[in-house]
Amino acid sequence: MTTNMTSRSDYALELRGLETVFDGDKGAVAAVRNVNLAIKPGEIVGLVGESGSGKSVTGLSIMGLIDRPGRVSKGEILLNGEDLRKVSAKRLRSLRGDRMAMIFQDPMMTLNPVLRIDTQMIEAITAHDPRIDKTVARNRCRDALGMVGIPDPEERLYAYPHQFSGGMRQRVAIAIAMLNNPDLIIADEPTTALDVTIQAQIIAEMQKLCKERGTALIWITHDLTVVAELTQRVYVMYAGSVVEEGPLDDVLDNPLHPYTQGLIRSIPADNDPGSRLFQIPGMTPPIDRMPKGCRFHPRCPYVQLDCLNDIELTQTSAARSVRCAHPINQGEQVS
Amino acid sequence: MTAYLLRRGGQTLLTLLVMSILVFVGVYLVGNPVDVMISATATPQERAELIVRMGLDQPVWVQYWHFLKGALSGDLGNSFLYNRPALGLIFERMPATLELAFSALFLGLVFGIPLGVIAGLRPSKPESRGIMAFSILGFSLPTFWVGLMMILLFAVKLDILPASGRGETVNVLGVPLSIFTTDGLSHIFLPALNLALFKISLVIRLTRAGVSEALQSEYVRFARAKGVSEWRIVFLHVLKNTLIPLITVVGLELGALIAFAVVTETIFSWPGMGKLIIDAITTLDRPVILAYLMITVLMFTVINLIVDLTYTLVDPRVKIDGGSE
Repeated sequence: MTTNMTSRSDYALELRGLETVFDGDKGAVAAVRNVNLAIKPGEIVGLVGESGSGKSVTGLSIMGLIDRPGRVSKGEILLNGEDLRKVSAKRLRSLRGDRMAMIFQDPMMTLNPVLRIDTQMIEAITAHDPRIDKTVARNRCRDALGMVGIPDPEERLYAYPHQFSGGMRQRVAIAIAMLNNPDLIIADEPTTALDVTIQAQIIAEMQKLCKERGTALIWITHDLTVVAELTQRVYVMYAGSVVEEGPLDDVLDNPLHPYTQGLIRSIPADNDPGSRLFQIPGMTPPIDRMPKGCRFHPRCPYVQLDCLNDIELTQTSAARSVRCAHPINQGEQVS
Repeated sequence: MTAYLLRRGGQTLLTLLVMSILVFVGVYLVGNPVDVMISATATPQERAELIVRMGLDQPVWVQYWHFLKGALSGDLGNSFLYNRPALGLIFERMPATLELAFSALFLGLVFGIPLGVIAGLRPSKPESRGIMAFSILGFSLPTFWVGLMMILLFAVKLDILPASGRGETVNVLGVPLSIFTTDGLSHIFLPALNLALFKISLVIRLTRAGVSEALQSEYVRFARAKGVSEWRIVFLHVLKNTLIPLITVVGLELGALIAFAVVTETIFSWPGMGKLIIDAITTLDRPVILAYLMITVLMFTVINLIVDLTYTLVDPRVKIDGGSE
């Protein structure tokens, strides 16, 4: 462990060639393939894609929460330079909830319905510091609830999850994730199940907290508008791989990958009411029947013959990469 | 809370009234107890005298009215067969049955919950498959056959446990109990295990289903993401959620245990209520049948009430609705 300490990296988290497979009757199928990702302390990064693109599996792989028959099969997961694939189960548990935390999609399901909020909060502290004074732990929980904007935090500690609204429950989950001041938070569509107004509040809250504390935040979502409000950099995932990566504004203004372009065009525009919404034709392929070569080619409007060859993520400029044989020309007017 | 209890009490009284009418009329229609009780050589005159003495010459509603008046003052009538208060007969036998039923329930929970947790945590391991195979046997083998096999093995072949009776009892608060003496324990073990076999299987299956469902849940995943130890996840997060369906079924099954201990009591000659009610039915001993059923209904009601109250302890979403909260 001491060797890891000396090699602390500049990144809060770095993924190198992550591959996660699910073992089935016909052998292992990869849900996530060769994903590289790096995030600095205090940075907010978006991980965008449709359902089934592998973004949630990526998040769970980082946390070591992939259940059988799934498993991380290749690559390195470096949290502050320490490879999580090489550490013991005990060490991994001590990092989870302490140095890295995760928030899930459905706030109605993430809290245990039969346990009081204080029980569920205090255990997140005592799991990492068993000898802590109960009153100290309780006060930290109360302060955390207050910090995420829950009124009467002292009193609310004694409440049960069903006594909170969905938005409030997600705030509780965020407070729990923040309790131990982690270096990394993975938020898996945390606002998808909420009202738009609550969504905006929670996004603003998270942005502020991560900035104040220097927490790295990976925001997993299918919603580009959320990414646009929140993140500095964005990774676009399709069929288990990153297909495009770059600074948010660049990617939104000049998408290089036809899939990214399709996602952007699918956002309802307010300047043209009544017009038909754009949709990307077809569906994400199932993980056991991936197309050859570029996995997007069956749905791509610009498909050419050489798209059947395998294609790697290629750097196009200092900050941008794309996995496409025929990236859209920069500056070319779309639609 | 008080309003809630009063309402439940009213419902119970209504149930008792309806049940007693149905049973009274039912037993009346089935036949005349005098035919069963009187010796074959009795003269018609003796027979008529007996009928008058027992009040059976009156119309059924008059007979019921007498019964109801008695019942309201706590007298459910004398047994035709023993000519003693029916209620007294039942109370004499009840401790034995209750002791057997609760021992069986205890065994069901003590074995069923841990085995169910093991089977739910690692469903594909050999020990889990073994547990599930056992639970299928426990469900499908008839109680009487298992009871006989137990006697054959432990009492006849191995000769380590007695085959019948209650053994030595001690009085606890005036109630004779077997479980506090070694001899009594050795007597109750086989019948309790026999009666518990089905319950163990049931509790295993319920617990396993609850555990495997809870393990898939988001709150368990979130607890893992918090770094909570696996031990705490299983014994707090998972088990507390599993208890909710378990309490429902165990409550219902406790009533069934008391009511259906008959078979086990017969095989092990356990001097409980089961034997009494079987005899009462064959001799059409109406007061005993009625008293037994009324006691059973009361017990079911009390058990259901306890189950409902226990819910509020386990599941915070359940509130006792008494109109006053």
